[in-house]
Amino acid sequence: MTESAATAAPPSVDPRLAELRRIAIVPALNEEHTIGRVIAELRAFDPGLDVVVVDDGSGDGTARAARAAGAKVLRLPFNLGIGGAVQTGFRFAFEHDYDIAVRVDGDGQHDPAQLGSVLDPVLRGEADIAVGSRFAGSAEAGYRSSRSRRVGILLLAWVVSRIVGRRVTDTTSGFQALNRQGIALFARDYPHDYPEVEATVMVFRHRLRMVEVPVQMRERGGGRSSITTLRSVYYMVKVLLAIFVGLFRRNVVPQEGTE
Amino acid sequence: MTPLKVSIVGAIASFLLVLVVLELIRSRRLRERYALLWLATGIVLTVLAAWRTGLNTIAGWFGVRSYPPAVLFAVGILFILVVLLHYSTVISRLSDQNVVLAQRLALLEQQLRE
Repeated sequence: MTESAATAAPPSVDPRLAELRRIAIVPALNEEHTIGRVIAELRAFDPGLDVVVVDDGSGDGTARAARAAGAKVLRLPFNLGIGGAVQTGFRFAFEHDYDIAVRVDGDGQHDPAQLGSVLDPVLRGEADIAVGSRFAGSAEAGYRSSRSRRVGILLLAWVVSRIVGRRVTDTTSGFQALNRQGIALFARDYPHDYPEVEATVMVFRHRLRMVEVPVQMRERGGGRSSITTLRSVYYMVKVLLAIFVGLFRRNVVPQEGTE
Repeated sequence: MTPLKVSIVGAIASFLLVLVVLELIRSRRLRERYALLWLATGIVLTVLAAWRTGLNTIAGWFGVRSYPPAVLFAVGILFILVVLLHYSTVISRLSDQNVVLAQRLALLEQQLRE
């Protein structure tokens, strides 16, 4: 259905985008109430965008709702955690030769209408990966969250900024656009739980170009955040350890077709 | 007081454990998730072995007067028990997932043959 829809692309679709094979990767866990809307919004942004939903072992009707909305669905037999789920999507995109991928969460936090600005640096060839940041703009874009979570996000941003040698404001954002090189890197190697922080460092170590784009995020439309206050301390320690040890790894620049 | 040799050997051995764990993570043979307990074990034992007055004080709390390094053994054994218990839960989860995978594979194979 995506092929036929592509011919009726509204003028709002970027002409640079229209000639690329493009896919939206949507990780989802128990998101049956929001997933349909997210898919519809993705289609509204760009009818030629293929949508693949990675159902990370949901116990509800997430996979059914996603199929009903016309998405491809990769159903994981059990919960792999966000990193494993997202990487499944990148593998799919890599093996099916997509030129460009966007990642949008299934809970409705990320507004597909803002994809245009996230995609722009990648389409202009200025970045391999563009990340929608809640904090890159002037004011904090009205983002609300618990205090501990906020402190964690700021601390991680500070650590990552020191390591990569430039200012990164939002290391936990899953609202991203990637070109083929970015897809290839993440298809081969992607961190596990709470992956975006490590992935940011990885991107810089592989000398891919990453930029942040200011975006506004919405309140979660449903489901629960996978990160509770108690677990965030554990994740913080784990992620800092992973980043620290990762610095001592030899980095391999990804090449296409190695798998 | 703990014999000096015991402190030195204990601290070196525990510190080596920390280094080995870090190297295993670096070479991707050990995931961070499973390394944290080992790192805690190594760090706590290193500190207890090297900080001799501290070990004495702690031994005093537990009524160990004759031979403070016994506390080192006790703490070491406690950590090993926790690590083992943790691994038992990990193995249980893995075997559950393995069952699910095998079942999913059998169903897929049957669908493919039809």
